[in-house]
Amino acid sequence: MSSQWEAVIGLEIHTQLSTKSKIFSGAATAYGAEPNTQACAVDLGLPGVLPVLNKDAVRKAVTFGLAIDAEIAPHSVFARKNYFYPDLPKGYQISQFELPIVGKGHLDIEVDGVEKRIGITRAHLEEDAGKSLHEDFHGLTGIDLNRAGTPLLEIVSEPDMRSAKEAVAYMRKLHELVRYLEICDGNMQEGSFRCDANVSVRPKGQQEFGTRAEIKNINSFRFVEKAINHEIERQIDVIEGGGKVVQETRLYDANKDETRSMRSKEEANDYRYFPDPDLLPVLIEDALKEEIRATLPELPAAKKQRFISQYGLDGESATTLTSSRELADYYEKVAAESGEAKLAANWMTGDVLGALNKAGLEIAVCPVDADRLAGLLKRIADNTISGKTAKQVFDKLWNGNATADEIIEQEGLKQITDTGAIEAIVDKVIAANPVPVEQYLAGKDKALMALVGQIMKETQGKANPGEVNKMLVAKLKG
Amino acid sequence: MPGGSSGGSAVAVAARLAPAVTGTDTGGSIRQPAALCGITGLKPTYGRVSRYGMIAYASSLDQGGPMARSAEDAALLMQVMAGFDTKDSTSVDQPVPDYSASLNDDLTGLKIGLPKQFFSSELDSQMAAAIQSAVSEYQKLGATIHEVDMPNLELAIPAYYVIASAECSSNLSRYDGVRFGYRCQNPADLTDLYTRSRGEAFGAEVKRRILTGTYALSAGYYDAYYLKAQQVRRLISDDFKRALSEVDVLMGPVTPNPAFKIGEKTSDPVQMYLEDIYTIAINLAGLPALSISAGFIAGLPVGLQVIGNYFSEAKLLNIGHRYQQVTDWHLKVPKGFE
Repeated sequence: MSSQWEAVIGLEIHTQLSTKSKIFSGAATAYGAEPNTQACAVDLGLPGVLPVLNKDAVRKAVTFGLAIDAEIAPHSVFARKNYFYPDLPKGYQISQFELPIVGKGHLDIEVDGVEKRIGITRAHLEEDAGKSLHEDFHGLTGIDLNRAGTPLLEIVSEPDMRSAKEAVAYMRKLHELVRYLEICDGNMQEGSFRCDANVSVRPKGQQEFGTRAEIKNINSFRFVEKAINHEIERQIDVIEGGGKVVQETRLYDANKDETRSMRSKEEANDYRYFPDPDLLPVLIEDALKEEIRATLPELPAAKKQRFISQYGLDGESATTLTSSRELADYYEKVAAESGEAKLAANWMTGDVLGALNKAGLEIAVCPVDADRLAGLLKRIADNTISGKTAKQVFDKLWNGNATADEIIEQEGLKQITDTGAIEAIVDKVIAANPVPVEQYLAGKDKALMALVGQIMKETQGKANPGEVNKMLVAKLKG
Repeated sequence: MPGGSSGGSAVAVAARLAPAVTGTDTGGSIRQPAALCGITGLKPTYGRVSRYGMIAYASSLDQGGPMARSAEDAALLMQVMAGFDTKDSTSVDQPVPDYSASLNDDLTGLKIGLPKQFFSSELDSQMAAAIQSAVSEYQKLGATIHEVDMPNLELAIPAYYVIASAECSSNLSRYDGVRFGYRCQNPADLTDLYTRSRGEAFGAEVKRRILTGTYALSAGYYDAYYLKAQQVRRLISDDFKRALSEVDVLMGPVTPNPAFKIGEKTSDPVQMYLEDIYTIAINLAGLPALSISAGFIAGLPVGLQVIGNYFSEAKLLNIGHRYQQVTDWHLKVPKGFE
């Protein structure tokens, strides 16, 4: 981006709430069923049916609101958003318009080490539409209403982001939060977490916003960054070319890495919102709010601070280990069972996450469970094995079901703790290597490493390198 | 004309084909046909009877209720219709009284209010006389009569037609030819499917209401029409609240005239809408009201309307039953039904 322009970005994120049944009916919400097998009379919009609000969806929305320090509306109202589309069986979507359940809140992000507070304008409850299937029907469109009526919480941010990077950081933070709160499974491939981006550019220093374009349905962090960057460049090109950005809805094409116009402001629907007369206002009393507040899990920011103070971790490790609730729980279990909080943090941020990354696995399905990792760390801590040997043991833990103790026993990896035995080997190596001995005595400290290496080789790595070092220096200098 | 929209049901009772029937009343659809056919019809308090299964017209006004030959029979059907339903969020969780048990309660001391706006010049003089005569019967039963003022009543028709049409325009959106109901032949594309299916299948009056409602909800008009109508609705409710704090029930006609001939009024929709002047305000307020036969003009029945406070259905049926014990209008049928 040329330096005289500034981008202004706001995101609308649709999170699918992980309730068992739909927001206004008793049909299941599970993903992937045969088309139209999870759509009851209410979801099909048959004449005579009425919506009944799912309490769990309300609780989840309130949970989110409390977590972002937002005002929870004591009185919120469902409204009908009227438009015709084949996968919208009633001809209107039940949403919230003037009075959403969650009001102003905020979320703090960090980009390149700088913290920034992003405002959240509102979050409202609504039902999802069905899906139109355009393939396989030869000139016809198939309608699958399994998704119709799935509860969504649409989270609308303030136009507070100034780069695609910030937008992605915000989106990731929100993704992490809804999973922490267990209100959304965060599965982006299945559409549980979808993003629309409002993007505009303005000359740096200008107060008013430029004309914005809305980019619809971008379903991965990578695409959000690419789509926004692409859109910023496109708008700058238009303005620098003497043109004007028009207010419109654009679609991001991941294959071509470009956005293209979907509909202009003039073609936009007039949704004719009005309060849904089939549903009563949602009243949230303080007692319910406090009851839900009491069940809130420890949030990422608080957990990070606790990890730093309780376990003595550095900021970076604490951030990594609190990036998901599963990872944090795993870490705490290992730390507790091994009694080695710092060692556990080093192993997790290094070897464990490295191996998971390489294998493309999540911590939830890590082949080495917390118990077995703790067992390994205990043996490092009590000097049964060296750090180097521990890596070998970890590989075996990863590829089998044995415990660290079993592996150490079977493979004979225990360090030699018998000082007499080590002493004999040290003497033998000193006698057999006069040159490095001379060099060391002449002041070349590096020569000592060659001797230690020889000794470790003789002991097949089972001596404690620290002990060996100490003994060697004592002998040579003594 | 038997009236409507539950006219078919009313005729079935008037013709003695069925002892009791259900109807739905959005602006008078139980009470008006009951009045024109000489039977008893009860529009319950909004929320007293579940709307689940009823085809929605105007959801905030629709209410199901019984129609029968007498208040006594209506009480029996009401007994099984009333009650809370978890499938209808607007139904009210409140105990259902035994409607038959209080039918014979004494009416001594009953305070009857007559809204002066109900007896204006628009009311046919013979109708007015019939209603007055019914009121006199209640005086004989121990009731006292009081005039009440309901200044906002005249706003009921415009407010009703905005709200009902707005809700109707949205409620009827599902009849789009995609999943059920009428679908036009060989649609060229989606827009064609929508426009022809709906254009061919809806009647003129339904189209008029969809257009009115769509207009009232459109950007730039919402505040002036829909929002204003909701404010008027509150004023009308307040009028009723005030009146019903002074008296026990209100009485008046159900319709301005006895039944008219087929086709007589359809050429002028506004004139036709004015026929509902005495019934629709009750729907806007969500109150219960009973329609009972109170005389005949040239062989055509006259309906007396009794309006009570919220959840006073038992009282209304009691008031209707006591009248039917001392008169026999409910046993007579209109010309042509003998």
